[in-house]
This record gives sequence, C-alpha cells and structure tokens, in this order.
Amino acid sequence: MYIYDEYDQQIVEDRVKQFRDQTRRFLSGELSENEFLPLRLQNGLYVQRYAPMLRVAIPYGLVSAKQMRKLAFIARQYDKGYAHFSTRQNVQFNWPELEQVPDILAHLAEVQMHAIQTSGNCIRNTTTDQFAGVAADELVDPRPWCEIIRQWSTFHPEFAFLPRKFKIAVNGAEEDRAAIGVHDIGLNVIKNEAGEIGFRVLVGGGLGRTPIVGSQICDFLPWQHLLTYLDAILRVYNRYGRRDNKYKARIKILVKALTPAVFAEKVNAEWAHTKDSDTTLTEQEVQRVAAHFTAPDYQQFAGEDADYLAKREAEKGFNNWAMRNLQAHKVPGYAAVTLSLKPTAVAPGDATDKQMDAAADLAERYSFGELRVTHQQNLVLADVRQSDLYALWQECKELGFATPNVGLLTDIICCPGGDFCALANAKSIPIAEAIQRTFDDLDYLHDIGDLDLNISGCMNACGHHHVGHIGVLGVDKKGLEFYQVSLGGNSGRDASIGQILGPSFAADEMPTVVSKVIDVYIQNRTPEELFLDTFQRIGMAPFKERVYAAAN
Amino acid sequence: MQRLIKNGEIIDESWHLLDKDATLDGMSNCDDLIVPLGLWLEHAHALKARDGGLGVWLDSDEHVEEIADDLPHFQVIALNFPVFSDGRNYSNARLLRDRYKYAGEVRAIGDVLRDQLFFMRRCGFDAFALRADRDAVEALESFKDFSDTYQSATDQPLPLFRRRQS
Repeated sequence: MYIYDEYDQQIVEDRVKQFRDQTRRFLSGELSENEFLPLRLQNGLYVQRYAPMLRVAIPYGLVSAKQMRKLAFIARQYDKGYAHFSTRQNVQFNWPELEQVPDILAHLAEVQMHAIQTSGNCIRNTTTDQFAGVAADELVDPRPWCEIIRQWSTFHPEFAFLPRKFKIAVNGAEEDRAAIGVHDIGLNVIKNEAGEIGFRVLVGGGLGRTPIVGSQICDFLPWQHLLTYLDAILRVYNRYGRRDNKYKARIKILVKALTPAVFAEKVNAEWAHTKDSDTTLTEQEVQRVAAHFTAPDYQQFAGEDADYLAKREAEKGFNNWAMRNLQAHKVPGYAAVTLSLKPTAVAPGDATDKQMDAAADLAERYSFGELRVTHQQNLVLADVRQSDLYALWQECKELGFATPNVGLLTDIICCPGGDFCALANAKSIPIAEAIQRTFDDLDYLHDIGDLDLNISGCMNACGHHHVGHIGVLGVDKKGLEFYQVSLGGNSGRDASIGQILGPSFAADEMPTVVSKVIDVYIQNRTPEELFLDTFQRIGMAPFKERVYAAAN
Repeated sequence: MQRLIKNGEIIDESWHLLDKDATLDGMSNCDDLIVPLGLWLEHAHALKARDGGLGVWLDSDEHVEEIADDLPHFQVIALNFPVFSDGRNYSNARLLRDRYKYAGEVRAIGDVLRDQLFFMRRCGFDAFALRADRDAVEALESFKDFSDTYQSATDQPLPLFRRRQS
C-alpha cells in the first residue's frame, strides 16, 4: 500500500497542528459555533445526537495491520471500545470528546492516517473495489489512480468550499464493486485497443433525495489528463452548481439542469485552457505511486489446494463459509476472504477494539499485514493461501467474523440511524436486527442467494437504500417512525435506482414485509435467477399484490 | 479605518468600497474607489474619466468573464465572500490570475476569516480585508498553516509531483 514520504507526512502533521489551534480558538470563544462548523466538518467531526462523531479516512479502503491496531487503541482510549466501519470505506468513532480530537488526530498521524475531508462540502475520500489488485476479473488496478486523486484532492485550494459534498469512485474490474454509477464522478479505468490506459468518465450520479445514475461525458480520457479533466469538472461545478438550496446543490442537479451534453461542453471548454498544463500527469509520477501497489511475495501454486477442497467436501459449515465469504483471486492457490461484520444483533459495520486488534493479527499472519474495508461494511483479507483457509475460518468463528452471509440477505448495509445520528428520521439498526432474526436459517439464506438489502434512516441515504435490491428508508410520519420499501435497485454494472413498493410500514411489520417479498421471488424464480433477475422479469405488481393483500 | 493584510503585512486601507446599489450621484472625483460590477458595466465611461484610483468588486454569483476585456482599467479587483462557505470566488480569482493574467491587486472582501487565508493566497489573492472583529496580527500566522501543497495553483504552478525529490 502507499507509504508516505516526508512531504505527505509533513502535510498531515501540519493539519494536526492547524486543527489543534482551531479547536483551541473554538473552545476559547474566539470562533463561533457557525465559524467552527465548516472547519471541524472538513476534519470529519460532526456534533451528533449524544456526542461528537469523528470520521477517519481510510483512503480507498486500504488499511495496514499497524493502522488497524491504532484504530483499536483509539476505540479503547477515546471511545467506548468500538468503532463503526462506514459505507464510504471509512471508520467512525461515536463517542470522542471534542477536546481530545486533536490528540486523536496526532495518534492517527503517527500511522499515516488522518480525518482530512471526511465530511464538509469538499472532495471526500475516493473509494474503490475492495478486491482491487487481487480480483480475478480486474482489468486495471485502480489503487494508484485513487492515490493520485487523493493527493490532488487533499487541500485543493479552489475546491474547499463547494456547493455540496463531492464523491469520486474508481473501478477497474469487469464487475463494478465500487458503485461508480452513483457517485458525483465515477471513473472506470480501461484500456483502449492500443493497450493504453484511460478513463471512462461518468458524472452526476448519486443517491439522497434525487437518486440518479451518472451520465457518461467522456468515453476515453487518456491517463495523462486525469487531473486537468477533474479540475475542469470541479471548476464548472464550483462556479455553476446551485447554492440556494442544499437539496439541489449536488452536481447531479447541475448536470440534469444543463443536460449531460451541455455540461460536457462546458467541461471541455474549461479543459481546453488547462489541458497539457503542469498538472498533466507524468509517467514518472504514475510509476512512483504504482510502485507502492506491486504484488506481495506470493508463493507459487500449480492450482487449487487439494486439502482445502477436501475439507470443503467434508465439512458443511466450512463449505458454507467458503461459498459466501471467499472471492476468486487472480493468483492460483490464493483467495480473498471477507470477515463479516454482520452477525445478527450487532450493528452492521461495528467492531470492538478486541476484534480490530484480532483482525490486525489475522492480517499479519495470513495476508501480508494488510486489510481492506468494504462499502458493504465488512473487512477483507485480500491475499490468503487456500491452504490456510481452514485455520483462518476456525479463528474467525472464535472472533465473530465467520458469519457466512456475505452478499446474502442478512449482510445488510445499514447506516447508524436514529440510534446515533442527528439527521435520521428513524432507527435503522433495530430493523436490520429484526430482519436478521427472521432469516436465521442459513440453508434458506443460501437458497435465496445474492441479495442486497440496504437500510437508511433518512433521505441522505448513507445506507444506500436506493441501490439495494430491497431498499428500506426510514421516514417520519406525524412524529412516528415508518419505513418505505423499494425494490429493484442495483449498484453494480447497469446500476439502477429502486422503485417504491407502496405506502410505508411500521417497524414491527418490516420482517413480515421482507418475508412476503422473498416468498414472491421464491415462487416465481427460474432455477438460474437471482432476486434482481426475477424482479426485472416479473416487475413490481406481484410483489405489491402480495405485500398489500388484505390480512385475513 | 479598516486595515488590510497585503503581501503578508498589515496596512491601513485607503480605498473606499461602494455598496452594490451605489450610483454616480455625488461621487468623489479624487478618492480611490472600488465600485460594484453593475455600476461599472453601466457607467464605465464616466468612471474611467475620474481622477481617483479605480477598482471593481464582484459578488460571488458574478463572473470574471464580464470584465475580462476591462482589466487594465482596474488597480484593484475585490471578490466578495457573502459567507465564508461560498467558494465561488476562489475560481474567479484563479481565472483572473491564471487565465486573464491580471497583475493588479486581487482582494478578498466580506466574510473573510483567517482559516480561509491560506487557500485564498494559493488562488491568487494578495490582499485580505479581514472581518473587522478579528485580529489581523494573529491571522498572519495562518499563511504558515501548511509547509507544502500537492496541487498546482496560482502561487505554485508546479504540482508537488513535479517537484518531489525522492
């Protein structure tokens, strides 16, 4: 992974010093609440329902064992012994004291981490595929490009006060595990016929109140021009994006209002002035960054490990886990392993300090000392020998990481919701738990197959409900918490926004509603169909009919 | 008298900033004036005929393209921040400097606080009318907030990746 040099380290340390002084001025009354707000937000510090919440950046989801131990230390020392991994591949602490945040940042800087631009109306953490660099279906490794974007966006002086937050995602694989269609900018790293690297550029996707899939404004941007082109998009947005209404301030609204074609013209007109400037990337810089993402020292294996395959045959529990929690690796004899943070009755994405320490140990012993955080709120060990999988599985069971539900209905994406978040209309974690309890039969879950169930506690859509195959949105109905269900969303390739099923439900109805939706799928599916396929074939009507049929 | 941070020093302000709805009525001939964009667009001829210094100010929803051909007439161009979270004038400043090669004073006015100064200077501002209730001497410290920067900007056209010694 990327290792800071003295420049990177100095910039992060400068930030700690700056924020320490800003906090001091706020506490002494020199800065008003309103003036401190954008400053603390640009450092990931929210004031929440019960306490401040600090969001720490995990750039494109990559974290070393040493960094993970530091996060565990912070959870123990400054929080209540746990942390929350978010859908932005970041990590959040829910209970730090405002006064201690500068100290926390100083601890983070010791391990090359920070909270820079993890919130506020600026360019946020760039996200990517959690299997970047190891996935069998990868065309181009997106990580060097993510790091190049990270550096370009860090303290970009022109774009620190945008109309609204700004999120960039990069995908380099066949499958889109980075959900680039629902980001402000989605970049698909590709190779053209001549084998040259470039980017397909989508702009104006997003969730929130106006969910929309991004529009392609460039089909092949040669890599040299990545940063000047991003500058051009951001400049057009900074100048012309709406600032009168925060719900209409995202770039998607501007792209929609202008039309993607006119927006692209504006970007190109701006870019014409800066293309080929000094910001044009050099071979040398790309190589410098890419050198941090070379393959680890893999052992050579002829093919699949026979003993591992035999153990799968012999032991159903192991096989269930292997079926769901492993991802094909591009190197023979290796697998990428997902450590599930979704056991029933634990808030999705939460991990205790002990679990984080343990995950760091596992990473060191099994996976070259590196972990990834997924936007589905799980952890990944990306480079595990197949011959080690059985031993790893047994350790995972002890540690609560072995829930064999990755990609299944109970692998729920869920925001912190009304239990923690000041913005939420409704609680989300108890809904997730009630659904997990209803679907406690593992064989049935495996039979249902791949299904994304996403829950957000409000319109801001941190739980990505619009792109859940089943999406759940908490709404406020005359002061009571209700839940609106949507079906057919999808964050992968051919991303789509879910359609609303109908009137919303009370919390206690939700497990039954989900059960009925699943029943309709089971009764209508053909042998090869997953939930989304069946939904796309038969449409909304049969689901609606079943769910809203008069009780009898 | 308003004080101004200019080129890293605190100086007394000598220019008068006219309100957005100012007219030519009773306008002094000799004072140094910063006039709103609307007045300039309507009365450029009369304003050019005055003896005093001339500057123009743009609000955050106004675009530098409107004065791109007039730049030699202005000793000062002030860009207003109605609230400090409105970042449009960072782009206007860069365009003035980088694209239109304006070499006069580019001044930040309005809700200007010390924590914006570092970014403003990077974007080509060289004068800062700090909000009157703030300590300008302390604010000078903020220019030292960061010892280096990643991107190309007006103050440093070479991005770090072209300067990095490894």
